Amino acid sequence: MSRRGKLSIIIVAGFLTISLLAPVLPLEDPYRIDLDSIKRPPGLEHPFGTDNKGRDILARVVYGGKISIGVAVTAAFISALIGFGVGLVSGYYGGVFDSVVMTVVDFFLSFPSLLLAIAISIVLPPGIYTVMIALSAVGWTSFARLIRGHVLTVKEMPFVDAARTTGCSDLRILLRHIAPLCIPLALVLMGIKLGGYILTEATLSFLGLGAQPPTPTWGYMVSANRAYILSAPWMVLYPGLAISITAFCFNVLGEALRERYDFSADIH
Amino acid sequence: MLLVPLMFAVTLFAFFLLKALPGDPVLGLVGERADPETMESMRRELGTDKGFVGQYAGYLKLLLKGDLGRSYYTNRDVLADISRKFPNTMLLAFAAMLVTVPLGTGLGFLSAVSAGGRSRFLERLIDTLSISGLSIPVFWSAIIIMMLFSLKLKLLPPSGTGGIRFLVLPAAVLAIPAAATLARVTKTTVLEILRMPYVTTARSKGLSALRVQLVHVLRNAVIPIVTIIGLDFGSYLNGAVVTETIFGWDGIGKFTMEGIIKRDYPVIMGCIITGTLVFVVVNLITDVIYHYLDPRIRLNVKKG
Repeated sequence: MSRRGKLSIIIVAGFLTISLLAPVLPLEDPYRIDLDSIKRPPGLEHPFGTDNKGRDILARVVYGGKISIGVAVTAAFISALIGFGVGLVSGYYGGVFDSVVMTVVDFFLSFPSLLLAIAISIVLPPGIYTVMIALSAVGWTSFARLIRGHVLTVKEMPFVDAARTTGCSDLRILLRHIAPLCIPLALVLMGIKLGGYILTEATLSFLGLGAQPPTPTWGYMVSANRAYILSAPWMVLYPGLAISITAFCFNVLGEALRERYDFSADIH
Repeated sequence: MLLVPLMFAVTLFAFFLLKALPGDPVLGLVGERADPETMESMRRELGTDKGFVGQYAGYLKLLLKGDLGRSYYTNRDVLADISRKFPNTMLLAFAAMLVTVPLGTGLGFLSAVSAGGRSRFLERLIDTLSISGLSIPVFWSAIIIMMLFSLKLKLLPPSGTGGIRFLVLPAAVLAIPAAATLARVTKTTVLEILRMPYVTTARSKGLSALRVQLVHVLRNAVIPIVTIIGLDFGSYLNGAVVTETIFGWDGIGKFTMEGIIKRDYPVIMGCIITGTLVFVVVNLITDVIYHYLDPRIRLNVKKG
């Protein structure tokens, strides 16, 4: 992998570690309201400043990272899992199931993805699980399509015939002989897509459809604090930077994976 | 054509969502203290006493008549509001495209061409720019750009709908991720074409590198680029929800956002149906242009 790709993994891993270790780090309580120190500019006591309720922005950004990155990664994983299963069965058995699945995939791909995610989010009660469901519902299709295509090639290979002649059942062939060859592919696509998940999660939270206040998420911090952009720009600046840097690293990682595994650029 | 079954599926989906939503519309309309008889007559009037199929049929009939219902809050006809706001959104999208296409293709082309050169500085720079463009959330760049250009420098109005002065900032914000995507696709496409044997042929018969790049490469890169411009149109619709809201641009995107905030379901559904329709139609147009640009596809269609 390229040096930039490795570097981006290190940075993202660092962010994630910091977020997960947040409770034991010497941070302020992200929920503690302190009306004596509202809208303090960044300084020694509050490196990222405080918000309009006197809460420490650094602490909120770190805690928010756990939710924002966590939700995006979980959703990417669920999408991959669903898409993997569907693509595997669809590609192996073909027939009616395959045509139905591919029609559904086309149907999903013909929606503007954010509108679909919004549509799903408004039906369910707002919260992190809703965001995960919305992101996965939008995201599984590209995995299904990719895995299905790969299964179509793999199942024609001689070793599959060999497995069948030794008396393996369909299920065994699928799980033990074909699936392992598809796993790396799904992982690579997951890496490529993660940056997009981070941004969509942030957008849904920005729209108020994600985790509800006072729980800090990066997107919601930007949206809630944007009225103070002139008087206290740091309230908007730092959460936005956190989103951008994380998405940037994931996208560089995705780019590195794409080059390394020779993925074509037109995966949607 | 796929269009008809697709729109059918979208309406079915929208209807499912409407049905799945919490709350009873009748209760919302007549109020909690209405007597049972009033509610019953209201149910009959709205058709909610019929089964799912009957309701869906009624809904479809209304849709075909162009009736998207009325807003819960303003009681205004949703379709009328959408048709009034729709041109604004299209204007914004086309303004953004006007920035996106030259910027995205230009940068992508430069990046690909400099990839083979001695100094890869330009390529690295453009790549970093395009990945950044894809990574910065629209809602954040919109706020930052508004702060810089309208609130601090006071060059342009921060919000409102109107002439070109109001159009510049939201269009620029929308163009950032779109141009970044386009630059990346252009780069991969051009790199692929540069590896083609006909490029080597053109070079070996003595044409200058510049001529080959501008005439042979660019011409062949047009088809995938046009496709991605069309396919990416959905991203303007996605971005418009946020951009229009922040810049107070009176279009479908802001309308959607207002609907979401107020849980105004007829408005949200109307916007989703409209957005999908636009998306599908643009994809269709892209397909047509694609066929027109590539004679091989045209021939295949005739044979098929």
